[in-house]
Amino acid sequence: MGSNRVLVVGGGLAGLAATMKLAELGVAVDLLSLTPVKRSHSVCAQGGINSVSDMTRQEGDDEWKHFDDTIYGGDFLQNQPPVKEMTYWAPKVIDLMDRLGVTFNRTPEGFIDRRRFGGTLYKRTAFAGATTGQQLLYALDEQVRRRESEGLVKKYEFWDFLGPILDDNGRCVGATAQDMVTMQIRDFPADAVVVATGGNGLIYGRSTMSVFCTGSAASRCFQVGARMGNPEFIQVHPTAIPGADKLRLMSESARGEGGRVWVPRKANDSRYPKVIPENERYYFLEERFPKYGNLVPRDIATREIFNICVNEGLSVDPLRMSVYLDLTHIPRAELDRKLGGILEIYEKFQGVDPREEPMKIFPAVHYSMGGLWVNYEANADGGLLPGSPKNQATSVPGLYAIGECDYQYHGANRLGANSLLSCIFSGLFTGPGIVNWIKGNRVASDLPKSLYEKAVAVQEARHKKLLSNTAGDENPYLIHQELGDIMTRAATVVRDNKQLSESYAKICQLSDRASKCGLSDTGSWTNQNVIFTKAVQDMFPVAKCILKGALQRDESRGAHFKPAFSMPNLTATEPVAKRAEAEGWCDAFEANNKKFLKSTVCTWNGNEPDISYEDIDTRLLPPRPRLYGLVGAEVIEQVWKERSAVIAAKNPQSGKKQLTGTT
Amino acid sequence: MIAPGNEASAKRRPTKVNVRILRQDGPGLPAYWERHQVDYEPDMNVISVLQKVAAQAKTSDGLKVAPVAWDCGCLEEVCGSCTMVINGRVRQSCSALVDRLLEDDANEIELRPMTKFPVIRDLCIDRSRLFRSLERVKAWVPVDGYYDMGPGPRISREEQEQNYPLSQCMSCGCCLDACPQFTKIEIQRQPAETEADYTTRKNASFDDGFIGAHAISQAMLFNAHPVGKIMARERLDALTSAGGVQDCGNAQNCVAVCPKEIPLTTSIARAGRAATVYAIKKIFDR
Repeated sequence: MGSNRVLVVGGGLAGLAATMKLAELGVAVDLLSLTPVKRSHSVCAQGGINSVSDMTRQEGDDEWKHFDDTIYGGDFLQNQPPVKEMTYWAPKVIDLMDRLGVTFNRTPEGFIDRRRFGGTLYKRTAFAGATTGQQLLYALDEQVRRRESEGLVKKYEFWDFLGPILDDNGRCVGATAQDMVTMQIRDFPADAVVVATGGNGLIYGRSTMSVFCTGSAASRCFQVGARMGNPEFIQVHPTAIPGADKLRLMSESARGEGGRVWVPRKANDSRYPKVIPENERYYFLEERFPKYGNLVPRDIATREIFNICVNEGLSVDPLRMSVYLDLTHIPRAELDRKLGGILEIYEKFQGVDPREEPMKIFPAVHYSMGGLWVNYEANADGGLLPGSPKNQATSVPGLYAIGECDYQYHGANRLGANSLLSCIFSGLFTGPGIVNWIKGNRVASDLPKSLYEKAVAVQEARHKKLLSNTAGDENPYLIHQELGDIMTRAATVVRDNKQLSESYAKICQLSDRASKCGLSDTGSWTNQNVIFTKAVQDMFPVAKCILKGALQRDESRGAHFKPAFSMPNLTATEPVAKRAEAEGWCDAFEANNKKFLKSTVCTWNGNEPDISYEDIDTRLLPPRPRLYGLVGAEVIEQVWKERSAVIAAKNPQSGKKQLTGTT
Repeated sequence: MIAPGNEASAKRRPTKVNVRILRQDGPGLPAYWERHQVDYEPDMNVISVLQKVAAQAKTSDGLKVAPVAWDCGCLEEVCGSCTMVINGRVRQSCSALVDRLLEDDANEIELRPMTKFPVIRDLCIDRSRLFRSLERVKAWVPVDGYYDMGPGPRISREEQEQNYPLSQCMSCGCCLDACPQFTKIEIQRQPAETEADYTTRKNASFDDGFIGAHAISQAMLFNAHPVGKIMARERLDALTSAGGVQDCGNAQNCVAVCPKEIPLTTSIARAGRAATVYAIKKIFDR
C-alpha cells in the first residue's frame, strides 16, 4: 500500500501556506508551479495585511468589526461563516508571519507598525515597506524549503497543470501536468488536489497581474465539472501606472500614507501640477466622500476616477487618461521609509520622481473576487468548523481551491490588504480538513494504472493535435490581444447589457478561432508557444462566465456596476417627501436583494456556462445598503435602522451584536 | 508624459527597433546570433520587444523561426524571473526601457542569456543552483511549528531597517552572473540515471562551487534574527566549507549590479568576520 500524497498546484501565499501546514501534519506534498515558487504573483502585493491589533482594540475595534467591514465592503455577497473565521484568525496569522521572520515595519518601541487602508476607519494594516506580499511570500517559501530539505515536500517548478484526474465516481484522485522544459506529460496520483493558482487577469490582456495569472488552471478544473462562483466580480484597482506591457500597481498604501487624488478644476489645464494653486485643484474624493476621503473602498474610487476622466473630461493628460496621485506634501524620508518600494517602481518605469512630482495614475484590472466555488461547514458560533473536509472543497470531491482562485471571501468587492490574509488563512486552515478527507478515502497510488494512463493519453492527444496543426492561420498572441480588448471594454468599470451580449457573441467566435491556432514552434523542447496557446484557449470558458454572469445580473453591486440598474439618489428636498422617497428606496433595495443577493454559480456544459443562483448565508449580519456618497444617504440610513430594529425585535437570533453606523 | 526632455527625444524617435539575440536551441548545442526587428512604441521595455518578437516569429530577413524563449513574471522587478544580459550588462529585462537602451546604441539592442547558468533554451537559463544555495545556508527561521503561539520577538526599528533591505533579495542572480569567482557549473543527466540520482549528483557539484553573494547575505539576515540565530553555527559551517565566503575575491561587482541595491558587500564583510571568529572558537573548543 502506498502512502498518502497531496498535490498542491500553485506556490503563491495560499499554496505555500497549505504545503507547509500539510507537511507539519505529516502529509507528503507534491508542489507544482509554473514558475519557481519564490517568483509567484504574491510578490506583487504591496500594501499590507489586515488584522485587529492591540492598539485598534483600545480604539473600539474588534474582530467583529473587521468582519463587518469585510462583508459591508463586499456588499454582502459573501457567505458569512468563512469570512468570520478569517477575520477572527487574522491576528494569529500576523503573529505567525512575525515569528517566521517577516520584516514588518516597526514602531519606535519595536511593535509592528500599522497603517490605514480603504473601507475601514481603523489602522489595521501591518506592512513591510511597500513589498509586503514579497516579504510574506519569502517567509513561506523559506519554510517550504525547510520542509523540502526534510524530505516531505517535492517541488515541481516550471510545470503546467493540465487538469484534475477523476475516478469513475467523479472523485479527484490526482492530476496531469506538463514539464515546460522537456514537454513530458505525466500523471500525479494524489489523495487530494489543492488548486491555489490565483487570479485570471490575463483574460483582460493587460492588468496588474503577473504573466502566470491566466486563470487556465481554474478553467481546467471548471471544464471537468468544478463549479465557478461569482465570476463577474472583477476588481479594478483605482490606481495603476499605465504601461505598454503591463499596468503596474500603485498601492493603496500611497493613499493610506496620506496620498491625495486630484485633478485641475479646469479641463485641459496644461500647467505643471506643482504650480496649480490649492483652490484650483479638485480633490474630488475628499469633496465627495468627506468621511473616508481618499480611502473610500476600491470600487468607488475606481468609478470616480473613471468618471472624472471619461465623463467629466478632467483627465490630466490629453493622450493617456489619468489623474494625479500626490505625495509631494509628505517628507521625503518618511516616504522612503514607508513607501520606498513602490515609489521606486514609479521612478524606474516612468522616469519621474514621485516625491517631487505628482504621479499620474488610472484604474486597472487587479483581482478576481470570483473563482472556483467552494464549500464550508459552519460551527455553532457562525464561524467555520476546524478540520471539516468540506472547508474549501470544490464541487468535485477531493479537489480543493484556496487563495485568489476561490470565490469565497471578498464578495462583490475586496477590501485592500484582505487578500494576503485570505490567501494565508485559507492555505493554513484547509490543511487539517484535507487530512480528514484523506483518512476516509482509498490511497490514490493503489488505484488502477489504467485510470492515469487514460488521462495522460487525453492530454498527449491535445498537445499533439496543436503541434500538428500547421495549417492553422490564427496567431495565439493576437487572439489574446483581441480577447483582452473585448473584455476590458465590456466587463470592467461600467457595464451595459447591449455591449455585454455583443461581446459574448464576439468571444464565442474568437473562441472558435482560437481552436484553429497555428503554432510557430512545433518543437518538443521548452516550447512556450504551445503552453501559451493552451492557456489562451482555456481563457475562453472563464471569459464566457464573466460576461454571462455580468449580463444576467441586472443590478449594481460592488465592482459590478450597471448604471441602468443602479439605485438612484434621493431628489426630494422637503423632509416629509424625502422620508417617503427613502421608504420607497428601501423597498426597492429589499426587492432587489430578494432577486440578486445570491451567488452566481456556473457549470460548464461543454460549450457554454449554465448559470444558476445560490442563496447567501447571512446568518450573522443582515444585509444593509451600502451608501457611500449617495445623495440622501442619511435619511435612507435612518429608515433602514428603524426597519432593522423591527426585524431584530422579532428575530433575536440574527445579528450577534448591535451595530452602530453604516458608513 | 510631460517629463522634461521628452520632447527632444520625441524628435529622434525611431519607427523600428532592431534587436540582436543570442539563441541556443537546447543545452550543449551551439549558440548563434539572430536579428529581429519590431515596431517602435513609446514607453517600451525589453519585455514588450520580446512579446512582439514572439508574436511575429520572423527574423529581420523575413525568415520564419521559432519564437525566442525567455522567462518573465511580474514585469515590475520584484519576482526575479527575467534576468538577462542586455547591452552587455546583467539586469532585469522588465525595467530595461528601450529609450534608454537606444541611448547606448541607437542601431541595436543586444540580448544574451545569463553567462553563469546553464542555458535551457535561448534566454531561459537554469537557476536551480541559486535555490540550492539557500538550502545550503538554511535560510529560514526554525520555528517550532505553525500553531498559534503568540507574537514573535520584539524587533527594534533599527534592526528592521537593517534587515529589510536584505530580505528584498529576489533571487534574480545578477550578483552571481557578475561575480568573477562564481563560475558556471553545468551537469547533464546521464541516460541511465534516475531523477533522484541526477539531483544528488547535481547538488554535490553545486555545493563545491562558490556559494555567492546572495546566499551569504541571506545567511547574515537569518543570523541576525533572534530565533533564526539558533542555527547560526550551522550557517557558518556552510559559509566556511568549500565554496564558502573565503572564496570571495572582493571584486565588488555584486553590489554594483544588484537591482535592489542590497548592501551585499556589507553582508560579505560581516560574514567574513563572523566566519573568522567562528573558526578561531572552533579551534579552542576542540
